[in-house]
Amino acid sequence: MSDAVVLARGVGKVFGAGAARVEALTGIDLRIDQGEFISLIGPSGCGKSTLLRLIGDLLQPSTGELIVNGKEPRQARLDRDYGIVFQQATLLDWRTVRANVELPLEIMGVPKDERQARATEMLSLVQLEEFADHHPWQLSGGMQQRVAIARALSFRPALLLMDEPFGALDEMTRELMQQEVLRIWTETETTVVFVTHSIPEAVFLSTRVVVMSPRPGRISQVVDVPLPHPRNVDTRESDDYYRLITEVREALRRGEER
Amino acid sequence: MTEPADRDLDLFEPRETDVFAGFEGDIPGEPGRIETWIRAYGPAAVAFVVVLVLWEALTRAFDVETFLLPKPSEIAQRFVVNFDVIWAAGFRTFFEALGGFVVGGVLAVVMALATVRWSAVREGLLPFAIAANTMPIIALAPIANNWFNVTSPVSKMAVVAVIVFFPVMINTARGLLEVQPEELELLRAAAATPRQILRLVRIPSALPFFFSSLKVASALSIIGAIVAEYFGGPQDVLGQYILNRANLFQFPDAWAAIVVASIIGITFYMVIVVAERLAMPWHVSLRETDTA
Repeated sequence: MSDAVVLARGVGKVFGAGAARVEALTGIDLRIDQGEFISLIGPSGCGKSTLLRLIGDLLQPSTGELIVNGKEPRQARLDRDYGIVFQQATLLDWRTVRANVELPLEIMGVPKDERQARATEMLSLVQLEEFADHHPWQLSGGMQQRVAIARALSFRPALLLMDEPFGALDEMTRELMQQEVLRIWTETETTVVFVTHSIPEAVFLSTRVVVMSPRPGRISQVVDVPLPHPRNVDTRESDDYYRLITEVREALRRGEER
Repeated sequence: MTEPADRDLDLFEPRETDVFAGFEGDIPGEPGRIETWIRAYGPAAVAFVVVLVLWEALTRAFDVETFLLPKPSEIAQRFVVNFDVIWAAGFRTFFEALGGFVVGGVLAVVMALATVRWSAVREGLLPFAIAANTMPIIALAPIANNWFNVTSPVSKMAVVAVIVFFPVMINTARGLLEVQPEELELLRAAAATPRQILRLVRIPSALPFFFSSLKVASALSIIGAIVAEYFGGPQDVLGQYILNRANLFQFPDAWAAIVVASIIGITFYMVIVVAERLAMPWHVSLRETDTA
């Protein structure tokens, strides 16, 4: 229990009231341990992004109990226990790449020297050192998303929340980015919660895939992914990989039919 | 983000900038600086000359009466003869316009910041400001002359300040409020204080809106000052000069004064364009490459 980075018991979320009432999530029980890579997968409206936002205290649960890093989500947010990456890189155009990476540190009041050192370190982690003084709009979509990852990790949070971070990228870039994220996950030993609607992506990246279904959003099945690490191109061609993709696909279908 | 609404006023902005200088993706064989300037301003310069020549030729060919439409050569001649008087009047008028512009602009920014801070201001006053922005505020000029002493430049500044206030306040407030939701989530995730959100995201996001409204307001301020002068006051200002010369049928003099008003207005506008570039070299509108 002490190792649980995320612990959800009977978590539910309702939006609106009366006729406009939507039950986005219901009865979510989930435990995520330190060092895991968890994907939340499901069709639109299954509440996967909502669950991510509940963990990040960007939304508050209507029912149930949610513990992040051993505390209330709000306290975890205030303690900067997690970094977040969105589908859009959401870099600030008026700041250089380096200044974007430094943004959370600046908000935290980290001294300038340390900020610069940390930004340099993070940019080398995502292999963008030579672009430190560029502006975001001078970078490709994949590079922008790597800057966003560097920013999310700049203050070394215990948890990294990623909301369909590669949804806007082309397939080739996407596979490269998946490889990058796995490398970063291994190097930093951060726990990752990753929202996606791509089955191969979820299987390739995760230690466990949480399959969700809609109306109301709930967890229909959790699929363990015992593929060996390090994962690479060979992993994508292995029989186990295909078997697990099929397993997740069938879990998704069962969730839809229920 | 929606585009600031002054596209038609962007005529004086060159399309080329060198924000890409030093960027690795530099376009090969990019034209030099002079060629760039010719491409950017050449068509406008040619059009200007063509219009002047046509104007001169047509007024001569059809023997148009001077009181209807003077020839450009006549206007130029009066411009030279009355140079000192017109420019002195021009600077007094500009002083009124600038005073009102600064007062109205500062009040507008303060109010715009208040809309972010207090929802009561946002919900209670912003709708009225938007409504007031559609009113012909210049109609207040005789009243302002009455309130602030018709002989004092303050009466003209007051009119200009009111004219400048509404567009600047509405646009700046919109820029401050219409921040991308994901940017706000990002800052919230980092546990930023409202003050940090204002400084790090809202103000930079509002700058394009703010400068767009300043460009509109710069033109409005000169118009406001001159029209306010039509309603009375000292004689040594542009509005009164134009009015008096027109009453005496000295239309080339009036036109020469209008030329001065235009030069002042364009210069004022250009100063704001330069300030805009210095304040936000990162902005989309300033980094277009030539697609022609």
